[in-house]
Amino acid sequence: MSPILFIEQLLNGLQFGIMLFLMASGLTLVFGVMGLINLAHGSLFMIGAFAAAAVAGWSGSFLLGLAAALAAAAAAGVIIETVVIRRLYNRDHLDQVLATFALILILSEGTRWLFGSFPLYLERPSWLAGPVTLPGGIEYSSYRLALIVVGLAIAAGLFFLVTHTRLGDRIRAGESDREMIAALGVDISKLYTIVFALGAALAGLAGALVGAIQSVQVGMGEPVLILAFVVIVIGGIGSIKGALIGALLVGLTDTLGRFLLPILFGTVMDPASATAVGSALASMAIYMLMALVLLIRPQGLFGGAP
Amino acid sequence: MSGAVTNIRSGARREWVINLVLLAGLGLVPLWAWFADAPFTITLATRAAILALAGTGLNIALGMGGLVSFGHAVFFGIGGYAMGILASHAQNYDPLVQWPVVIEGTQFMPVIWIVAILAGAVAALVIGALSLRTSGVYFIMITLAFGQMFYYFAISWPAYGGEDGLAIYVRNGFPGLNTLDPIQYFALCFAVLLVVLFFNARLIRSPFGLALNAARQSTQRVEAVGMDPFRLRLAAFVLSGAITALAGALFADLNRFASPAMFSWQLSGEIMVFVILGGVARLCGPLAGAVVFVMLEHFLGGLSEYWHIFLGLLLLLVVLLAKGGLIGLLSGRGAAHG
Repeated sequence: MSPILFIEQLLNGLQFGIMLFLMASGLTLVFGVMGLINLAHGSLFMIGAFAAAAVAGWSGSFLLGLAAALAAAAAAGVIIETVVIRRLYNRDHLDQVLATFALILILSEGTRWLFGSFPLYLERPSWLAGPVTLPGGIEYSSYRLALIVVGLAIAAGLFFLVTHTRLGDRIRAGESDREMIAALGVDISKLYTIVFALGAALAGLAGALVGAIQSVQVGMGEPVLILAFVVIVIGGIGSIKGALIGALLVGLTDTLGRFLLPILFGTVMDPASATAVGSALASMAIYMLMALVLLIRPQGLFGGAP
Repeated sequence: MSGAVTNIRSGARREWVINLVLLAGLGLVPLWAWFADAPFTITLATRAAILALAGTGLNIALGMGGLVSFGHAVFFGIGGYAMGILASHAQNYDPLVQWPVVIEGTQFMPVIWIVAILAGAVAALVIGALSLRTSGVYFIMITLAFGQMFYYFAISWPAYGGEDGLAIYVRNGFPGLNTLDPIQYFALCFAVLLVVLFFNARLIRSPFGLALNAARQSTQRVEAVGMDPFRLRLAAFVLSGAITALAGALFADLNRFASPAMFSWQLSGEIMVFVILGGVARLCGPLAGAVVFVMLEHFLGGLSEYWHIFLGLLLLLVVLLAKGGLIGLLSGRGAAHG
């Protein structure tokens, strides 16, 4: 194993983690402020990817595709929130799970009906198609590097938004005491719609960005959604800092596990079975990490008392 | 006040009538199909009976215990693979374990069922012990995540088919029955369902069932009288997982195929949908839900490739408007508990 290969995998893990953060931060905001568990968050990821692929394919511009993804996911978020989600804030978690599961069925099949069952392809922009050479002579995909940079910038922007702006004040106030800020004259239902649309836009953006390194297809959102849940369980619910740390932990554990475990087993087994055993165990690594966190800190690394 | 009590009583009586009609219907339709020589209808009814069994398992955790498990496909899949692994070893004359003792596979259903139940119970014990350390929305996310773990493991573990799943050539045997005959296999599955429903009805009224119900309503009060809510819930979760695993073994035998899709999160969602469509915490709620689900799948699926849209809309309406599910709607009893 060469150090260059290892650093490349490390960067892949970082990139994966950052994209998970874009999903998990929206989920954790929506849960923190509205107390809602939203399974349809993965559908917003999918909507972003499809909007980007459709618009980029039609216009030939990747950036226009990204703008379309943001707009489509945010618009879908506003519609979903006003039509369905709003009726669920005062319901128990079971009703929220079922109603948002129903939304997954409707949105997934609706997308299949519109776009068909075949995957779409989203081309990387030509100016990010090749590799870049990093210090130390490491060749790395410029697109993936851009994902890391953009993701970190969005994370920083989100922290700034939550801690230094008026909207952020309201979001944090909504997290700690919803009746009180309503009594102080904040239009709580508008705030909820904004928070939901913000989370939706982040998910849609993640879908569009990831759509260019994998195929864009129906059902692409749910595996990412479940990983985002693992992130939230590890990081602690409602905490954006927890979502960031959890997302990086999950991204690195998954990527490095897939890379290192087969090599590790290769030292004691023949290569074929080492690959089989190593990759099977690697697919379980992040869930083991989650189980470990549950044993030590059931409320998550940055969560308050459960 | 007395009017309300009479209402509850007549609602309860009506629910029993509905239950009997449901069970009689599920028993009689295949009988009619057998005379009319419509084996596909019998297969649909068998599917409904098995899915109802899986839902009945979940209903113990969800309805009685208030544990919103979004990972019950784990147990369904474990049951399926218990069948697939035992039967494939038996059909290939390849012992399951060579050392220290030789353990052969088997195609004998009762043994397969016991193994499925035990394997499901052990998995539920481990998953339950971890996830019951939390509650509420954490519990939902964690059970969903463990479900995904089993799914990926089944896909990436090549010894038992990986992504292709595990097929067996002939359905496993049961003494005195020809299980390949659709009506006989239906009768067997229906009988298992009846036994489990009877057991479940007894369980609801047992001291354990009452304590579990109390723990759902108020953890503090149950603790105050000296019971441990964690252990009550864990026991319910284990029982629930074991029953769903049994359903998984029957389901894999129906298709003669154990597929990694049995572990998928969609299936966990669907099992939950049976329970909710029919009505949470009602004895025959999962049965009503599974029958409606199989009928929708058959009729809507025939009309449109995109029938999941209609299923989604129906589910959304039931959740937003009809608390208490179909049985609640029909018996006029509203939600079984709030």
